[in-house]
Amino acid sequence: MAEWFHACYVGLCQWSDTLRIKFINDFISDDRWRYLWNGLGVTLKVTLGALILGIILGFLVAMIRSAHDTTGKMKIGNAICRIYLTVIRGTPVVVQLLIIYFVVFASVNIDKSIVAIIAFGINSGAYVAEIVRSGIMSIDKGQMEAGRSLGFNYVQTMRFIILPQAVKNVIPALGNEFIVLLKETSISGYIALQDLTKGGDIIRGRTFDAFLPLIAVALIYLVLVMILSKLVTTLERRLRSSDH
Amino acid sequence: MITDQTLIQVEQLEKSFGSLHALQGIDLSIHKGDVLVIIGPSGSGKSTFLRCLNLLEMPTGGKILFEGEDITAPKANINLYRQKMGMVFQQFNLFPHMTILKNMTLAPIRLLKRSKEEAEEKAMALLKRVGLAERATAYPSQLSGGQKQRIAIVRALCMDPDVMLFDEPTSALDPEMVGEVLEVMRELALDGMTMAVVTHEMGFAREVGTRVVFMDEGRILEEAEPQRFFDAPQNQRTKDFLSKVL
Repeated sequence: MAEWFHACYVGLCQWSDTLRIKFINDFISDDRWRYLWNGLGVTLKVTLGALILGIILGFLVAMIRSAHDTTGKMKIGNAICRIYLTVIRGTPVVVQLLIIYFVVFASVNIDKSIVAIIAFGINSGAYVAEIVRSGIMSIDKGQMEAGRSLGFNYVQTMRFIILPQAVKNVIPALGNEFIVLLKETSISGYIALQDLTKGGDIIRGRTFDAFLPLIAVALIYLVLVMILSKLVTTLERRLRSSDH
Repeated sequence: MITDQTLIQVEQLEKSFGSLHALQGIDLSIHKGDVLVIIGPSGSGKSTFLRCLNLLEMPTGGKILFEGEDITAPKANINLYRQKMGMVFQQFNLFPHMTILKNMTLAPIRLLKRSKEEAEEKAMALLKRVGLAERATAYPSQLSGGQKQRIAIVRALCMDPDVMLFDEPTSALDPEMVGEVLEVMRELALDGMTMAVVTHEMGFAREVGTRVVFMDEGRILEEAEPQRFFDAPQNQRTKDFLSKVL
């Protein structure tokens, strides 16, 4: 029995020794941690850029769609929005990214992270649009009538009365969409953009060790998502303060 | 007949919802200082008529002249006319994400370009008048139904409207709260405000109204001074209706 424990102990020591060597080889030698650090920077930059683009596109599309639903105006705008939603939600985001890089910007020399921001922003906009539209539709139509009866036009009523309430209602869904967006940028490697995932994969290629680099990448994503969730919850609670 | 005193002139107003012919040619004029009470069975088109007056429902035929101008004309800027027509809804429709004071000052600040101080001063004065000054910083969800409706009335008054439209203002209230809202409306009428009121409150119609209109199936069947309307109705349908509700 004692021998068995001894064997286990020796095995554990050897394993932790190899792990230590691998760790040094994966992250310390040649400053390989920089692949992760720089990759993290690219991931954050692309996510933030796409987030902003997606929010702008999403709100615009949601406004046009609900204006059409309530007033019957903007038929052409609504048709364009519906095509956009169908195409974007009906095709894989990897394919969209590849098309935008290799087809749309084929003959243009452009920063790959800009391409990624455009691709992910356009993609995210479609989902944000439907989330925001559902929020607008959840507001009682008496709110729009009350705003209009005071003399506000459609856009002013949206801005001062409908959207503040609608956004508050869809914060959890929007937060979820942003978490999905952050993780989706991990396919940026398809256009050879060195984001966090690609960074970990490059280390794997150099050191032939898959375990540590990929686990490290996964952990970093996990921490980012946890921070993001926390921020969303805080925001939600702060916005709820007017409900009694 | 259009005179200087005519505030709203309605001519051959029609409204259809698909195959439902809700308003079938309404002619009516509202003069300055009028308290016009519109009564009738449910589904008679009285709410639709009121909502057509500020174009919350778009009429499908006829004309509405407000202060001499045709507001149904394609080029008319309805947002400007609506600033002069206050509206009070059955469901109050206060803005739940704003305090009472913000509810009342939003439109005057944004649309009439009043300063915040000026708008708040006027709002507070109106709140005092309806006895709700101490609720200025509360949110709508903290108020009772009667309080909400009184706020809705003074919110509309903050825009200094020329006419106030009331769409069944007491129908969503608990019985014991009806009185406080009617009292505010009564005071408003005594101050000379021009009002058009769709209601089931016959007591209010008789005491406060200057004219009573009876509608059924999208038409005006009878129009008279309250005394004559209630004591000596002419139309058979009016008689039947009054015998049921009085």
